[in-house]
Amino acid sequence: MGESMDELDRAIVNSLQGDFPICDHPFAEVAGRLGIAEQELISRIEALLQNGVLSRFGPMYHAERMGGRLSLVAMKIPDSNFEHVAEIINAMPEVAHNYARDHVLNMWFVLATETADEHAAALKKIERDTGYPVYDMPKIKEYFVGLRLTV
Amino acid sequence: MKPENIMPATSLDETDRQIVVATQSGLPLVPQPYHAIAQQLGITAAEVMVGMRNMIDTGVIRRIGVIPNHYALGYKANGMSVWDVPDDQIDVLGKTIGDLEFVSHCYHRPRHLPDWPYNFFAMVHGHNRAEVEEYVRKIARLIGEADRGHQILYSTRILKKTGLRIGG
Repeated sequence: MGESMDELDRAIVNSLQGDFPICDHPFAEVAGRLGIAEQELISRIEALLQNGVLSRFGPMYHAERMGGRLSLVAMKIPDSNFEHVAEIINAMPEVAHNYARDHVLNMWFVLATETADEHAAALKKIERDTGYPVYDMPKIKEYFVGLRLTV
Repeated sequence: MKPENIMPATSLDETDRQIVVATQSGLPLVPQPYHAIAQQLGITAAEVMVGMRNMIDTGVIRRIGVIPNHYALGYKANGMSVWDVPDDQIDVLGKTIGDLEFVSHCYHRPRHLPDWPYNFFAMVHGHNRAEVEEYVRKIARLIGEADRGHQILYSTRILKKTGLRIGG
């Protein structure tokens, strides 16, 4: 995927990781900077989304600033029960990402809720439905979140 | 230690909320995306643009642009490096480590003793594990004596991956 990108694709990925303008014709403005036509830029972004080089195009929202709660939660699940618990966890709409990791704490997911009460309720539900304790690790402080990929 | 709800939650008004719901999975790929959203919501394009600029100013929108897929771009190894460092040094370390270009997320999180002694997390991306390990050694050198123990947790499988969503 990434290997089949040409120079223009790279320029688009490298220059558009932030700062997409808010104006009447934003694609035209960016295309002008890159020296290409508006429609070419739109088609390129469309293709990069389709072939998976980009996972998204648009605003990236900051959940906590919208009043929401985000937390990283870890669990220690025996192998024999892992798939079953993953199903329970993944079925919850509050769970955004869930990863298996090579550690005693072998399941790690992001829990996103709109309020602190919903956060507590979701944790309780997980412990009740799975029978295993949660290790809740809400961030105490954020130092950096972002992407600085050069391709 | 209590999670510091560092920044006061900005209360979104109804228009902002509608804009978030309409754009959280992406902007329409048309010459006038903000006009398209306005039309969909039955408000003016000016209202959409003012609302989005405000959300950038208040930090509700981190940024607008492309979100590359690390994996597709060849960054096939991601290691969650976790560190046990003294709490009173963590802010200084956070700034230094958060500035490294191969770190995508950097946080202070609570320990869960005795099982989990780590309070500092830095997500490291590389083309392979050897590269990730080299980056982690670089972090270890920067942390120096404050490093009371660290580990790298690799993801072995994605069990679920959806964007964050708020209800409509």
